[in-house]
Amino acid sequence: MAKVKINGSEIEVSDGMTILQACEEAGIEIPRFCYHDRLSIAGNCRMCLVDVEGSPKPVASCAMPINEGMSIHTNTQSVKKAREGVMEFLLINHPLDCPVCDQGGECDLQDQTIAFGPENSRFEENKRAVEEKHMGPLIKTYMTRCIHCTRCIRFADEVAGVNQLGAVNRGENMEITTYLEKTLDSELSANIVDLCPVGALTSKPYQFEARPWELKKTETIDVMDAVGSNIRVDTYGWKVKRVLPVLNEDINEEWISDKTRYACDGLLNQRLDTPYIKKNNKLEQVSWGETFSQLKKLVMDSDPDEIAFLVGDFIDLETSYLIKKLSEDLSIKAVDGRQEGCKVPFNHRSQFLFNSKIKGIDETDCILMIGTNTREEAAIINSRIRKRVISSNIPVALIGKNVDLTYKYNHLGDDINILIDLLNEKNSFYKKLINASKPMIIIGQSVLNRDDSLQIYSLLETFTDKFNLIQEDWNGFNVLQLAAARAGILEMGLIQKNKSVDDLVADAEKGKFKLVFSFGADEISYENFSNCKIVYMGTHGDRGANAADFILPAAAYTEKDAIFINTEGRVQYANKASFPPGEAREDWKIINQFSEVLELKWSFLELYDVRDEMFAKFPHLKEDFNDQNNGLVKIIDNKANEEVEIINKDTRSSQEKKNDTINGNIKSFEENSAKKIFNTAWADLNDRQREYLRKYNYPETWSEFTEHYGFKVVNDIKKKNNVVLPYEDQYANSIGKAWNDLTYNQKKWAYTKRNKNNLIGLADDANFSPDGIVVLNDNQEAYYAQPKEINFKIKNLSFSIEDFYINDSITRHSSTMAECSRARSEVRSSVTEKAS
Amino acid sequence: MLKEKDKIFTNLFGDEPFHLKNAQARGDWDNTKELIKKGREWIIDEMKKSELRGRGGAGFPTGLKWSFMPKDSKLTNYLVVNADESEPGTCKDRDMIRNEPHKLIEGCLLASFAMNAHTCYIYIRGEYFNEAVVLQKAIDEAYDAGLIGKNAAKSGWDFDIFLHRGAGAYICGEETALLESLEGKKGQPRLKPPFPANKGLYGSPTTVNNVETIAVVPTILRRGGEWFSSFGRPKNTGTKVFCISGHVNNPCNIEEEMSIPLRELVEKHAGGVTGGWDNLKAVIPGGSSVPLIPKSTCDTVLMDFDSLSAVKSGLGTAAVIVMDKSTDLVKAISKLSHFYKHESCGQCTPCREGTGWMWRMMEKIGNGHASSNDIDKLLDVTKQIEGHTICALGDAAAWPIQGLFRHFRDEIEEQLKKTKAA
Repeated sequence: MAKVKINGSEIEVSDGMTILQACEEAGIEIPRFCYHDRLSIAGNCRMCLVDVEGSPKPVASCAMPINEGMSIHTNTQSVKKAREGVMEFLLINHPLDCPVCDQGGECDLQDQTIAFGPENSRFEENKRAVEEKHMGPLIKTYMTRCIHCTRCIRFADEVAGVNQLGAVNRGENMEITTYLEKTLDSELSANIVDLCPVGALTSKPYQFEARPWELKKTETIDVMDAVGSNIRVDTYGWKVKRVLPVLNEDINEEWISDKTRYACDGLLNQRLDTPYIKKNNKLEQVSWGETFSQLKKLVMDSDPDEIAFLVGDFIDLETSYLIKKLSEDLSIKAVDGRQEGCKVPFNHRSQFLFNSKIKGIDETDCILMIGTNTREEAAIINSRIRKRVISSNIPVALIGKNVDLTYKYNHLGDDINILIDLLNEKNSFYKKLINASKPMIIIGQSVLNRDDSLQIYSLLETFTDKFNLIQEDWNGFNVLQLAAARAGILEMGLIQKNKSVDDLVADAEKGKFKLVFSFGADEISYENFSNCKIVYMGTHGDRGANAADFILPAAAYTEKDAIFINTEGRVQYANKASFPPGEAREDWKIINQFSEVLELKWSFLELYDVRDEMFAKFPHLKEDFNDQNNGLVKIIDNKANEEVEIINKDTRSSQEKKNDTINGNIKSFEENSAKKIFNTAWADLNDRQREYLRKYNYPETWSEFTEHYGFKVVNDIKKKNNVVLPYEDQYANSIGKAWNDLTYNQKKWAYTKRNKNNLIGLADDANFSPDGIVVLNDNQEAYYAQPKEINFKIKNLSFSIEDFYINDSITRHSSTMAECSRARSEVRSSVTEKAS
Repeated sequence: MLKEKDKIFTNLFGDEPFHLKNAQARGDWDNTKELIKKGREWIIDEMKKSELRGRGGAGFPTGLKWSFMPKDSKLTNYLVVNADESEPGTCKDRDMIRNEPHKLIEGCLLASFAMNAHTCYIYIRGEYFNEAVVLQKAIDEAYDAGLIGKNAAKSGWDFDIFLHRGAGAYICGEETALLESLEGKKGQPRLKPPFPANKGLYGSPTTVNNVETIAVVPTILRRGGEWFSSFGRPKNTGTKVFCISGHVNNPCNIEEEMSIPLRELVEKHAGGVTGGWDNLKAVIPGGSSVPLIPKSTCDTVLMDFDSLSAVKSGLGTAAVIVMDKSTDLVKAISKLSHFYKHESCGQCTPCREGTGWMWRMMEKIGNGHASSNDIDKLLDVTKQIEGHTICALGDAAAWPIQGLFRHFRDEIEEQLKKTKAA
């Protein structure tokens, strides 16, 4: 640690930091253009100049390491003058075409000109113009705007590993270009669009599409590979306009692959937006109701052994869980989600995960890759390995196809027998692997899809002992999954024991199946299923939809709240950025509604109900979920910890505390801390989470809060556990039951009642169809309510009871959803009868 | 005036051939083995005693610079000789390489030995084609005679010299840009720290010295540091090759004692200013990068580092550019500004954007389409460049303009007014 003085105040920072980093530590912002945390230091923009006592000239703070006792000034007149000078120089040849520049609104040059720039321009000469360069279909260049920070060059050289960008010419004629204007040959190329501090490099598909301030920004998870990169989805209305990376040190740092970034334009085209049924060899649009009733008939007519479930690559965890549940309830055994044909029956999650975690690459000292091309299969992981190879020169070897991975590696050959040589100490790489303290092997899917994959896999498992892959705090046995859904599918056990998808397809060819459900499985050749009815639930008119007899339109990854497990086994929370088109619904809802049709008595009202049940069955996932820095639970837990600290300061005895609680004596410190927690709890939530709490009418202001509940209810927000509110107790007592004994619907009805006939409780779109809704009264009688004049496409959640005709003819004691839906269907059929 | 016997470069004018046998006849390679036997410490000590200051322009004490090289590092140490002489007005290295290459080669061996370097690179300016041929020939001669190579000069020290030709960029004369260029990259200065003595060529400890600095080493070691420091004033010692050009009767390269008065230098060796000393307008005393000095200063100033910096100029490479009263100073300096605009590497903002702007403003003033405010603006821009850049090229571009207006602003404004009136 070294002590330095910044603007007169002393601060202790660790050795080897630069002045800029030390200033950031001290909370002082230093303007910069060329400096970037993850790239080498260029020091060429000169925007970060600061004064250091004893130095005659101002110093570039990004490049100057700190010394003990250094005294730094960032607010002197000379620093201000230097910044203004540099800004003036940067602007004299910058076109100032902000109104037509895609970077406008999120441009470093704009922002810093406002903050640090000179008041006016003194430049009277002609501005320089630079011809546009061509860098392929992803990157649009306006090189006149370039300020020559060289971030893009350094990214291409250092992170992407392609030495294709460079600067030609000297001085004011310097131009950034690829050699002979070729496309940047990298799977990470478009990250230079994010790195560019001005509008010189912009995204070609996004060109003139939107201005940044018009876009709704939602942080979520990518599904284009199994890495689970953290992304930000920018939407304009329904349309997803662009995808940007979000910082996550453990996964993607701040890069994303080009596939992740540009796959979003596919969300606009060839979407399935209404259910279809094939009639007379032609798909016809139908209603959900008809689809479900026909499906029910088909399922009822089939023997469970004649039904197969295929699960695709983009299915979220909740849907996987429901598929599993559905298959169990219907006793269907032919269920498989490993489309690429993996044959290994995994018994434990560590057998199919990337156990060392992506972050583990930063620690390993030897990597053996088997049958994988990480550059194509997981570009982010490949760049992480490259970073490790460059920084520490660790040995890397590959068994498999000899490909360009952008770093030096030892190609051992394309023969699986090399594994045996390695075990028998015959291979030259043996020594490196055995001497490594944290060795790592990465197994690609191509190894696990072979006919002899079982033998190979057990051979690989012997590697763990031989090469000490598993140690106390290290597990270097890694399987690289390819699809975002795969780890979740395996976690949920959506596989057949000792059989693979190939066997299932072979069975289908033999005519074993009458009905096959394809949950977004598009990598299967459906010709073999010509004997069966194919039900396809998916988002796009892909291979599955072409073969299907029934099409159930579902939501794409940007259109639903969901959980995805990446190849590391990390549970990640995806947020809804847009909404499904037309009649399409979120996947879990489709299956949930189908279960209602099949009268399976699941009683899920909310996605959270599915999650609660799933986490109860797979508690280890919940732990992972809590480890995450996203999602409601984490925030709430943090706040709870905060509260523990406050309670520790409480000096009352436990008896006093109890008395105070019973008598309702609220100590001021309790109230203050509760208020603090309340306020920060709301502030920390994201839009979706707030919406969720608003559904339950959690007050948003403290006064409103205390008026209704007293401060105790803070716990309810914080922990989402079922704290019983005073009025809830009252309600439960009035019907002679304890609150905890009430069914979900009854509880909801209680909320409804509290809100003066407000139907919030049940007007939730989970069991909301345009035909009407089911409501329950105090006596647990179900009523079927039909809307008078409501546009159901507007998801207005605060309908009043007056907005509905209530059909009195049918009353039924109903405590489960299945009963509710039965009530509904009875009403519906009677109404239809009357009409006819 | 320097006596003939005290001259180091006795064949500076090329009276004799450069070949090894001629050089040996002049005293080069005389018992080099013995000098090496005296050891590293002794060499650096002698260099420190000689008070030799680097001849490339910055004037950093050479002995001190050598002592910065790590003594027992695990990396290879390198000596790099900067023969990328491109400063306008300077042509001393050219004559040394042409006529006295063996002084340089012997100096390389001694300096490399002192710095624990087995390899020396000589980075020669691309345009110096004939000189590169001569130097390569001399290197080959030295190899053939066993003076360099394995067991160089039978001293037990293995030593190799590689000659590398540049591609014609002024900025590659900046030591770190030179290293970049030598490594095969675009010639752009590096950030300092780390300094080359810690992390230089290929990341190894490196010392970069000017040709003249290295070429005087053998003589200093033979005749002793004290002999060398007996010339000139304290801290500005030794002999120096001056390049006198411009409006003089007899432009020349001449080796002279340091601290010689400017007037004496010009009148004795260059045949005086054209039209007599009174016809003198200004002198750029140290190559294009230093501010000019007006005649009044030239009358008395001494040609050494401290004396010239006292009059806000500098010795630089000791390239004396003489301008008589026929000179349009604005156009002359504008020419220099164009040179710096053309040679800016483009890496850092103030220099890349500022040099072009300065040149355009200088042109405007030269054409008379400017006012006093424009001069203020121009000076302000020079201040915004000066000291804000990675290397000294920004300073070098700013100083000549600052020097011009420091001494001749009134005259130029007068001229501008006249043009406007006309």
